[in-house]
Amino acid sequence: MAEARDVPSLSGQYGHSSDGTSGEATEVMTINIGPHHPATHGVLRLVVDLEGEVVRDLRPVVGYVHTGIEKSCEQHSYWKVIPFVERMDYVSYFFQMEAFCGAVERLVGLEIPPRARYLRTIFLELCRIHSHLVWLGTTALDLGAVSMLWYCFRERDRILDLFEMATGQRMHTRYFQVGGVIEDVPPGFETKAREFVAEMPVRVKQYQALLDRNEVFLSRTKGTGIVPRERLLELGVTGPLLRAAGEPWDLRKAFEYLAYPELDFKIPVGTVGDNYDRYRVRVAEMVESTRIVEQALDALPEGPHIADDRKYVLPPRSELSTSMESLIHHFKLVTEGYRVEPGELYYSIESPRGELGCFVLADGSSKPARVHFRDASFVNLQAFREMSVGGYVADMIASLGMLDPILGGVDR
Amino acid sequence: MPDAPGLELIRGEIEQDHPGAVLDTSFDREQPALMVDPAQILSVLSWLRDAPGQGYGFLSSLHVADYLPSRPRFGVHYELLNRERVERLRVKAMLEDPLPADRQLPEIDSCVDLFPTAEFQEREAYDFFGIVFRGHPDLTRILLPDDYVGWPLRRDFPVGGEPVTFTHNERRYG
Repeated sequence: MAEARDVPSLSGQYGHSSDGTSGEATEVMTINIGPHHPATHGVLRLVVDLEGEVVRDLRPVVGYVHTGIEKSCEQHSYWKVIPFVERMDYVSYFFQMEAFCGAVERLVGLEIPPRARYLRTIFLELCRIHSHLVWLGTTALDLGAVSMLWYCFRERDRILDLFEMATGQRMHTRYFQVGGVIEDVPPGFETKAREFVAEMPVRVKQYQALLDRNEVFLSRTKGTGIVPRERLLELGVTGPLLRAAGEPWDLRKAFEYLAYPELDFKIPVGTVGDNYDRYRVRVAEMVESTRIVEQALDALPEGPHIADDRKYVLPPRSELSTSMESLIHHFKLVTEGYRVEPGELYYSIESPRGELGCFVLADGSSKPARVHFRDASFVNLQAFREMSVGGYVADMIASLGMLDPILGGVDR
Repeated sequence: MPDAPGLELIRGEIEQDHPGAVLDTSFDREQPALMVDPAQILSVLSWLRDAPGQGYGFLSSLHVADYLPSRPRFGVHYELLNRERVERLRVKAMLEDPLPADRQLPEIDSCVDLFPTAEFQEREAYDFFGIVFRGHPDLTRILLPDDYVGWPLRRDFPVGGEPVTFTHNERRYG
């Protein structure tokens, strides 16, 4: 069991009196880290009180990439909101789409076909691997393992190739629609995806070979940034951070959505809750995600990829030149959009960072009256102070990397 | 999820301990919700968290919706979660908008002492809707600049009213 590190008292250093009893003996310096700093993973500003090398207090200052996405969503019809919400958490864009589309589907009572459920599951899990790869590469880079970035981004590129093949875009794909997915996957996608999921566990083993016995990496992650499990729950922390502290809480298992109840996968948990456990949990999640993708590819049902409800779903392009009714539906959907009966709904899914919730308030018009995202990075950031206070400033950087905040999601 | 009768049971039990706290219940689209008197929000939240057999100990999300033009205008939503029974319950407190002549903001008690996770989320609600959470340790703007004027996510706040500072109009807007 790793214990929290013993941090020496710095009284008496820096040429002051050495008895350590008077307040003058310590010198607290407030420094500003960020918002433009490579170690803050975006535009996060940290106001840190340092006593020598030891963090005594810390205040995260956010809002530098606030773009008013929630307000913009209120100005657009439901189907035009999807590209907006994707750009919040720009590393796990499929999850934002699923949260929003799932909420609207539940508001209008639209059932999505089985093939769409499986395709969404496949893309969500590929996106989870993608997100964890970006996290692993950049965090290992912060901790001095520079080559990890290239290995991780090599595999990330293969996932982006898969996204490009199916959706035409590498990032911000707008692939999920209310009712299903916009297009079926092209021929050859399955083969490429299977090649990837067969290779990915081997790659993960290579990452572990690089890091698990790396002296620098171990000494910087083991025993640092520990917050007790009960405190994490009080602070609302979810996702890999909570699971690393030994709490097996995963919305994919708890709430049945998409194809997850039909698939067999495990929830990796840690024991101590230090930065090393956070690393282990995320790496194990990547392997579990490849298992999910593999099973979903095996069980991928035939059938339509989008619901056949013309009030909400665009008719197929081929029908427009032959069917007047389809043309009218197409025109109505593209110009005004569909109207949603008044109501409100909160729908949450497990994103790579924890609980991603979407609250949609419908007022009967074709535009949502309120879209709110409960972003996991935003809530998890509250735990950062307790992860860092009392440790070294270098451990603070390690904890920030392991916290994995995406500032686009924090600021929205 | 507690179903519609289960929701009425919860309401009845709260009624015994805190008479008049629950104003209404709703069960819409499989989502149970309690409408609560804003003055008694903390007693209801702590009852749901601590009373035996309840255990809604996790606050998933705290957000605000503006129901303009209906009244009362603002709804503060608490998405509670019981992790043992995997049940969600929404608690909703509706706040009246004070008259413009009073120059006041709508107020409600802060639940940071009950749920420390609400700290950032209450600041966010204050930032965007101007809802004052009484007793919050540091109720300042979180995502917008400290000197920002207005409550931008209110429904009557116009879009596009913000001048953009380019170099050619820098002098005009400072």
